Amino acid sequence: MPVIEVRKLVKRFGLKTILKGLEFSAEPGEFVGLLGPNGAGKTTFLRILSSLSRPTMGMIRVAGFYLPQQAAGVRANLGVLSHQPLLYGDLTGEENLQFYGRMYAVENLDARIGEVLELVDLSKRGRDLVRTYSRGMAQRLAIARAVIHDPSILLLDEPYTGLDQDASSMLDTVLKQIAAQGRTVVMTSHDLARSEDLATRFDVLSRGKIIASARRDEIPKDGLLAFYRRSLEMPDPGKQDAREAAHG
Amino acid sequence: MAKKRKPSSQTSFWRALSAVVWKDISAEWRSREMFSAMLIFSLLVAFIFNFSLDLNPKTQREITAGMLWVTFAFAGTLGLNRSMAIEKDRGCLDGLLLAPVDRSAIYFGKVIGNLVFMFSVEAIVLPLFSIFYNVNLFNPGLLLVILLGSVGYVVVGTLIATMTVQTRTRDVLLPILLFPVVLPVIASAVRASTFFLQGQAMDLIWPNINLLIAFDVIYIALAYMVFDYVVEE
Repeated sequence: MPVIEVRKLVKRFGLKTILKGLEFSAEPGEFVGLLGPNGAGKTTFLRILSSLSRPTMGMIRVAGFYLPQQAAGVRANLGVLSHQPLLYGDLTGEENLQFYGRMYAVENLDARIGEVLELVDLSKRGRDLVRTYSRGMAQRLAIARAVIHDPSILLLDEPYTGLDQDASSMLDTVLKQIAAQGRTVVMTSHDLARSEDLATRFDVLSRGKIIASARRDEIPKDGLLAFYRRSLEMPDPGKQDAREAAHG
Repeated sequence: MAKKRKPSSQTSFWRALSAVVWKDISAEWRSREMFSAMLIFSLLVAFIFNFSLDLNPKTQREITAGMLWVTFAFAGTLGLNRSMAIEKDRGCLDGLLLAPVDRSAIYFGKVIGNLVFMFSVEAIVLPLFSIFYNVNLFNPGLLLVILLGSVGYVVVGTLIATMTVQTRTRDVLLPILLFPVVLPVIASAVRASTFFLQGQAMDLIWPNINLLIAFDVIYIALAYMVFDYVVEE
């Protein structure tokens, strides 16, 4: 039974329709890479799944709860990570986790904070103010925040934005560990190489709909870019070069 | 491994409310940005009024309450803006809204935090006004008016600041939207305060206090009902 199920989802902002009857589902433990050009509706879709935005029409069931009627049940089962860390700069790392842990009624909170800080390799910086953290450290603490309540589903919206190479690699490692714990993950990213490395399934979202979907084993190694371009009916750059050469 | 929470459970209202209050006070204790801005602004207003107006004692008693409430209202606007800007700047408002809590707990947590800062500033400004204008402002009746007026102001202000913080012109928009809505509270508070300072009979003062109580109750009920819609996309 899918842990996320979306049927005929429509989202309108005024006269503009962002999502046009989107269909989506994710099985427990699946890591879905949600790909698509800018303005395709990826962030809107994740905001609806996380109950931050209300759908105009359609059926959404997350972890057995329906949106928007059972939003609190959905939120209890979700962890969300975006390019913004959702952390308070004037609190320490531990205090931020303390706050979010209390908001999620986490039991044995001090022990849990120790665990998640260790997971993101920030145990030694837990007592420093978040405003003194680098962008990469803040993003790792944001992961700790997102999993403090041990959610079964993680929604990641462009988590690599603004990270340098080292910080991205470290984030990769942490995300792999989290995915290995059996959570269902939906991640949007412009970085196809990272998506290819992490995801077990790839969906392409364009003009408000999922237009293509493939499991990792259905795509040849290093073939994600070709799959993505084919889905969007973009010309293959290699063939285009050849055509241009042939035409002189 | 730490014991897991029941995934379907919702955090209790009081637990969430206390967490938001604790977070606001802890963050402000560190930075003191909001409190300093409110306090410095209030002190400057008190100084400017004191040195620019040469008033006789009777006129002083008539206008001190008005000056006091103008100071509280503008200082409060600074605090309300800052309080919500902190939530918006790093996307923290989304972090709050993602928690499995009754969203009114978030709203009332912010209200209580803002009230703590407002009362702290008022506690420093009141003695200064007493000295500058040679009026005893530590009258129990006047303190009750300040309590009721501040509650009404902050209840409406927090709600409107939540709306305006989503806009680019939040610093300008907050006072433009807030003052017309909060006018009945400020007007009743100024009248009741003036009557207390003039030593008028309680018959004259009670209607204004009753109005303050009524507006507080109405605004609290309205804010409770609409906050969910204000924060929703």
